[in-house]
Amino acid sequence: MKWIALALFAAVALLLPFVAGDFYVNLASQIFIAAIFALSLNLLVGFGGMTSLGHASYLGVAAYLSALMTTRYGFGHGAAALISILGTVAMAAFFGLIALRATGLGFLMITLALSQVLWGLAYRMSGITNGDNGIAGLTRPAPFGISLESPAAFYWFSLLAAIIAFVMMTIFVSSAFGSSLKGVRDQPRRMAALGFNPWMIRWITFVYAGFWGGIAGLLYVYYNKYIHPTSLSTTSSAEALLGVIAGGSGTLAGPAVGATLVLLLKNYASAYVERWNMLLGLVFLFIVLVMPTGIVPGLQKLASRLWRRPS
Amino acid sequence: MTISRRQFVVSALAGAGAASLASPNLSFAQGSGPVRVGLLAAKTGPLASGGIDMELALTMFLKDRDHTLGGRKVELIVADTAGVPATARTKAQELVEKNNVHCIIGPLAAFEALAIIDYLTEKQIPTLGVSAAEDMTQRHPSPWYVRLTSTSAQCAYPLAEYSFKELKYKKIVTIADDFAYGHEMCAGFQRVFEDNGGKIIQKIFTPLATPDYGSYVAQVKTDADAIFLGTAGSNGFRFLRQFIEYGLKDKIAVIGGMTALDESVLRNMGDEALGIITTSWYSATLDNPLNKVFAPEFRKQFKYDPGYYAASTYLSGEVLEGALKTIKANAEDKKALMAAIRGNNVDTIRGPIKFDEFGNVIGNVYIRKVTRTDGRLVNSVIKTYPDVSQFWTYNKTEFLKNPVYSRDYPPAKNLEL
Repeated sequence: MKWIALALFAAVALLLPFVAGDFYVNLASQIFIAAIFALSLNLLVGFGGMTSLGHASYLGVAAYLSALMTTRYGFGHGAAALISILGTVAMAAFFGLIALRATGLGFLMITLALSQVLWGLAYRMSGITNGDNGIAGLTRPAPFGISLESPAAFYWFSLLAAIIAFVMMTIFVSSAFGSSLKGVRDQPRRMAALGFNPWMIRWITFVYAGFWGGIAGLLYVYYNKYIHPTSLSTTSSAEALLGVIAGGSGTLAGPAVGATLVLLLKNYASAYVERWNMLLGLVFLFIVLVMPTGIVPGLQKLASRLWRRPS
Repeated sequence: MTISRRQFVVSALAGAGAASLASPNLSFAQGSGPVRVGLLAAKTGPLASGGIDMELALTMFLKDRDHTLGGRKVELIVADTAGVPATARTKAQELVEKNNVHCIIGPLAAFEALAIIDYLTEKQIPTLGVSAAEDMTQRHPSPWYVRLTSTSAQCAYPLAEYSFKELKYKKIVTIADDFAYGHEMCAGFQRVFEDNGGKIIQKIFTPLATPDYGSYVAQVKTDADAIFLGTAGSNGFRFLRQFIEYGLKDKIAVIGGMTALDESVLRNMGDEALGIITTSWYSATLDNPLNKVFAPEFRKQFKYDPGYYAASTYLSGEVLEGALKTIKANAEDKKALMAAIRGNNVDTIRGPIKFDEFGNVIGNVYIRKVTRTDGRLVNSVIKTYPDVSQFWTYNKTEFLKNPVYSRDYPPAKNLEL
């Protein structure tokens, strides 16, 4: 049953560019990018119990680094990607040192403050970041000589990236380290008593989440070919967090589902509903009231209840 | 009601609307179906009030012409950019790839336009822009982009000359929002004012969302002759209110850029605005036959005067109509459409306009003074500068060799500490 569903999903995902128009293919690429981003945030929120309101920092910094490296400093895409990811990871490592001094609300506020600092810098250092005008005229890379300019090519590229990201993060949370992470989330004192180092476990997760946030940022800037300080804003962090919570934090598929929902409401439903912000609010209200743990856990519960009833 | 409002299917051909919804890659045979015009406007978020005016005016324009331009039906598709660059891009893609539009009007904010212009150039979509970023028609022009309104500084040049020559101001303080539009406008104002012999003694930039202008008002140097407001949206109004509360209006004259005391701002103000001189490419009181139709009709329908935003899309409609007439409404030939738009010599609500080789408008700029007429505040035109170019009186080649206007360029040499 599970395999059939998976095969069906794979078939649809692979064949989409052949049947759908460019607009829908591009929409799907954006969904993959948002899903990678939400999955990386979920490592912190769902599995680590660290609610962050500053995750857009990693997306934005990776995107800005890549844009600057390719336009201003004349690097090739390969080198630029490497520098962006290394830079983002280094930043996550440093931010982790600061933010992980606190937990809970304190942690949330520190991540928020750090991301606001970056947002402000992107705005004000207009000599480097071009400020409010953003950096335009970017190109997409051509890995192994394959151009990603067409919507279909970029679609497969981001699909591949999303699959790798999903598998890598699944391995991360289902490993022994993932178990200790969940242990730290639920019982940090007991874990410490058992000889684990809760701080180190959190920090490694923080850096790993920053890494995938950076990957999402690279894809984001390749897709948009433009970067502006709004990508670093609290709104983009909050949107990702909404996606994670709506889909079901702490589940593997939940964030991807939630991110898809947010993106579709924002970019697709807004074409038909003028007050789409209100629709977004109503949908979340509905999720919170009916499925407080998120869509994926909620549907699972519903499915198991339906399963049991006839027998 | 909200569901169908955006899909303004105004075509008499019932099938066309359904087709644009259902089949994304459907290409129409030449001349069949309506001309599809996309409007990118920020209808939610902080820029919403301007975006909604843009939609209202363009809808009114089409309705007055029975949705027919140059003998062919026109379908308007409005997309909400939410004032976010990434959303603007998705929406531009939606208009191009899903709705197969023939041309696009908008968007408003510079960063929205900058986010989509590469894409529209690649897809060869004629775009009638209203945003002000200087470089879009200077150092990085696109063959598919024209601007009908003004660059950030284009309207500031005449005011700078007027302030020095006619108002006899010698020292001026500038204040503007701290983003590219404000930087560019103040830079242009400073350049012409100082080249005339005046001095900019202080430049203040305030964050876009400033809840309280008190600390900035307190900084203003009171030995200046005037203060130049380069603000956008409701910021000018909010600054001015505190400026007056501090009793500074009797000491220092107030002058403003093209959005500072826009008609949309003016309707919330009282007598304190009287006598303030601003500059713009439009005023609701303009005395030409076309505006005599537009402004009263807009006021009748929506109960307020049209300003910068409403006029910008109405103007786009006029230019588009002129172009469609020239090419006999064969909008499928995008090269011809673009050439017709650029070659336009059409009479509009802002007076006669034409385009330079970069796609930027050359047209009248008006110096206006706030007066009270028929019980409401209006921007009465006191002087017209005809055919103002984005390069003012400077040599074009020299102009383009300089870096684009910014917070620090041209350097302000006369600041008083």
